[in-house]
Amino acid sequence: MHRIFLLLLMLVISGHSHAIETDGIGDNHSTLTSLVNQLPKTKLRKMAPLIKQISKTKEPLTRDVLQFMLDGELYFLKANKHVVRAQATENRLYQLTDVLSQETLNTVKKSQLSKIKTNNSLRSTLRNIIAKIDLTDDNKKIRLQAVQQLLSSPSKESTAIITELIDDEKDQDVQILMATTLSLQQLKAGNFKEKIEALKQLGNTLEPTVKNEIVGLLSNLPEKELTTDQQTLKDALNSTLGEIEKRASFYSAIETVFFGLSLGSVLLLAAIGLTITFGVMGVINMAHGEMIMLGAYTTYVIQLAFPSIIEYSLLIAVPAAFLVSGSVGILIERGVIRFLKGRPLETLLATFGISLILQQLVRTIFSPLNRQVISPEWMSGSWQINPIFSLTYNRLYIILFSIFVFVSLLMILKKTSLGLHVRAVSQNRDMARALSVKSDWVDAITFGLGSGIAGVAGVVLSQLTNVGPNLGQAYIIDSFLVVVFGGVGNLWGTLVAAMSLGLTNKFLEPLTGSVLANIIVLVGLVLFIQKRPKGLFPQKGRSAD
Amino acid sequence: MNNSITEDNKPRSLFRSKGPLHLTVGLLFITTLLVTLGNLIFPESSALHVSDYTVSLLGKYLCYALLALAVDLVWGYCGILSLGHGAFFTLGGYAMGMYLMRQIGDRGVYGNPELPDFMVFLNLTELPWFWAGSDSIVWMVCMVFLGPGLLAFIFGSLAFRSRVSGVYLSIMTQAMTYALMLAFFRNEMGFGGNNGLTDFKEIFGFSLQSPNTKLGLFVATAVILALAYCLCHFIVKSKMGRVVTAIRDSESRVRFVGYKPEHYKVWIFVVSAMLAGLAGALYVPQVGIINPGEFSPLNSIEMVIWVAVGGRNSLYGAIIGAIIVSYAKTRFTAIMPEAWLFALGGLFVLVTLLLPKGIAGLIPSIKQKFAKPTSASQANS
Repeated sequence: MHRIFLLLLMLVISGHSHAIETDGIGDNHSTLTSLVNQLPKTKLRKMAPLIKQISKTKEPLTRDVLQFMLDGELYFLKANKHVVRAQATENRLYQLTDVLSQETLNTVKKSQLSKIKTNNSLRSTLRNIIAKIDLTDDNKKIRLQAVQQLLSSPSKESTAIITELIDDEKDQDVQILMATTLSLQQLKAGNFKEKIEALKQLGNTLEPTVKNEIVGLLSNLPEKELTTDQQTLKDALNSTLGEIEKRASFYSAIETVFFGLSLGSVLLLAAIGLTITFGVMGVINMAHGEMIMLGAYTTYVIQLAFPSIIEYSLLIAVPAAFLVSGSVGILIERGVIRFLKGRPLETLLATFGISLILQQLVRTIFSPLNRQVISPEWMSGSWQINPIFSLTYNRLYIILFSIFVFVSLLMILKKTSLGLHVRAVSQNRDMARALSVKSDWVDAITFGLGSGIAGVAGVVLSQLTNVGPNLGQAYIIDSFLVVVFGGVGNLWGTLVAAMSLGLTNKFLEPLTGSVLANIIVLVGLVLFIQKRPKGLFPQKGRSAD
Repeated sequence: MNNSITEDNKPRSLFRSKGPLHLTVGLLFITTLLVTLGNLIFPESSALHVSDYTVSLLGKYLCYALLALAVDLVWGYCGILSLGHGAFFTLGGYAMGMYLMRQIGDRGVYGNPELPDFMVFLNLTELPWFWAGSDSIVWMVCMVFLGPGLLAFIFGSLAFRSRVSGVYLSIMTQAMTYALMLAFFRNEMGFGGNNGLTDFKEIFGFSLQSPNTKLGLFVATAVILALAYCLCHFIVKSKMGRVVTAIRDSESRVRFVGYKPEHYKVWIFVVSAMLAGLAGALYVPQVGIINPGEFSPLNSIEMVIWVAVGGRNSLYGAIIGAIIVSYAKTRFTAIMPEAWLFALGGLFVLVTLLLPKGIAGLIPSIKQKFAKPTSASQANS
């Protein structure tokens, strides 16, 4: 009984409070409605006060109404003076939307409509009001955008708004950007002292607008016969510009590092499979590049087969590519390589033959043209860290993913019994066999594992380049160099080698162009091999060949 | 490493007759004579007529054979699997191409008597310094040998001194030719970028379009191939060659005995590179173009398969392999181009698996079959 009563009470209370709320909204809403309905009747010079009144309603729709008006989309029907938003469609018809209820209405001819007129000063008023609404928005992003907007087109009014709001702003990012806007305005319009003051403040910013303004001011100064003030101003401008450029070059260096690391990650993924097969079996698998290619084509086929789940296609493609390339690898090992034990040069030739066959096979099945693999939504876009520095998500994920693959492979080799056997065989095959390690089985599994990882690398590459029959060849020489550079059979060596090759390439590229950078790296490596024939981290042992 | 002792290493072979030498040179001579007669004497309607097309095709094959000989010299006799012989071949070709380019004179599209067309196109006003002297025959001949030889010397002495060997060396040579390909594709290199050098008009004053010049080039290639074969035979049979073969079979032992294997290796590598360069120089006037595509790693690997098919333990095997595989390529790419890579790939796998000594390896076993049982038992002892 009590409970029911309580429940009823709660219902009543909540219902009541709900009523109050809707009342409040209704009140504001009706004010807005009545104000909007006055628009058609109001003359142009009395429009400004009306707009101010509208802005005070603080309804969710208020901003929209003002924005429509600013964009020149606000009309009223000549027949009943009903205010609508009208957008031109084809056939010279206008699509109407009710401003207040946001219902879509019918389409009409232009002759039935009359525009709610604005003029320049009204438009700037509108702009400022909208800016102010945005600047007080709860969402930080909208506030930031609004400040950005003001930064690129500053005016006295906007300065006034910002000055008014800057102290109340809670968020630091927005506040800093606001301060920058003020300083920029000061630099533009202020007197000599203010300009110098503003320049001191602006050294920390990275906004391209600020830099452009400073460069513009510098070029406006006369070349010769500067007054003392002008000279001081010039010095101040130059020093601020120097500061900005220093920071900019710092960020561009970080960006290069990022690109280098992402290239290094790709190389790591491509080479790491090679290093374990080479390390364990002492054979070079020239078809390794084609394993990469098979992985990329697996991604393509999966996207073709399940077009409805593109978003998850990569998650399916990674294990699928691992299995496809891995099983092809095991086939190659069982079918060819095992008969060529102890003859590394012949193995090299035979696997090269296999790589030709696989390439031609893919060319016959999928056509020799490149195929496009779609990037899922979450892979595209970029992470904007500051105005001149952003990291693209796909490269970021690739770096993370390659680290993941590296760590898992390391764990497999260090912690599992398979890993133990693999390491035993790679160190001393005969001794391992004597201790009842099935070296044939280890060979096959190692080869499968190495090829499988190449397949996974193919999935990653499909996100960066087009997928074609020659995809593997483009990376095979590079990954061989990574293996040779890092030292055969050494995962850490491969990591260091891949990253340093990637970084070197990306740092050389702006200086020399990409082709020459490639050549320099190749020549550098050939010279390096002279110094350390067994790579950076050679396998330790006492065996002589 | 392949430790099996081949027939050449048996003591008996020290005093063996020069059978393969005479046979190969003789066969080459007869073929050349027949082709020349067939081309010159018999009318086009005759069944015995050899067309101009065939003549230049055969000339091309003989260039390949010379190249295969060069590869065989380092791979078959010294155990160095070079995947970069295409680089030496192409460098030799470029040396010849530069000379031919200068012979065009003012007959080019732009009619500039000093500069080849592509330089005019690139807005150059004078010859780059490395083209200086390229219009003289002596310079050309020197460069055909010096270019590849110098590269091989630098690369070889760096690599062999630090004892880079086996698959490492193969990969490094492949990287070398790949780097050269990238470099030559650049217009800034001054070698015509990706179009390479082409539109040649004449060689030593003879028009390259005339059938007689083509025949002449074919005969010259055959003669040079025969000479190169004799040279290789001589090298292999000499004391130096024996050391080289010993290095192939066990480098460490040779070193412990007191030789310096790296010196011998560099030496044989340079000779081989020069032969490859010579092959390239003979190749260019017969096909009329040289471009950076020739540097591509695939080409270099194809050369290796010629030798593998022919048999890398014998010099004549290399020649047989080059001619057979190139002929197969010509036929295949004409009939069904799709299948050529399948066939080539299959050839790689089958030869390495089933025919490790190549076609030449079959000959002794056939001989053995027909030979008297007594001599067979002698050979086995």
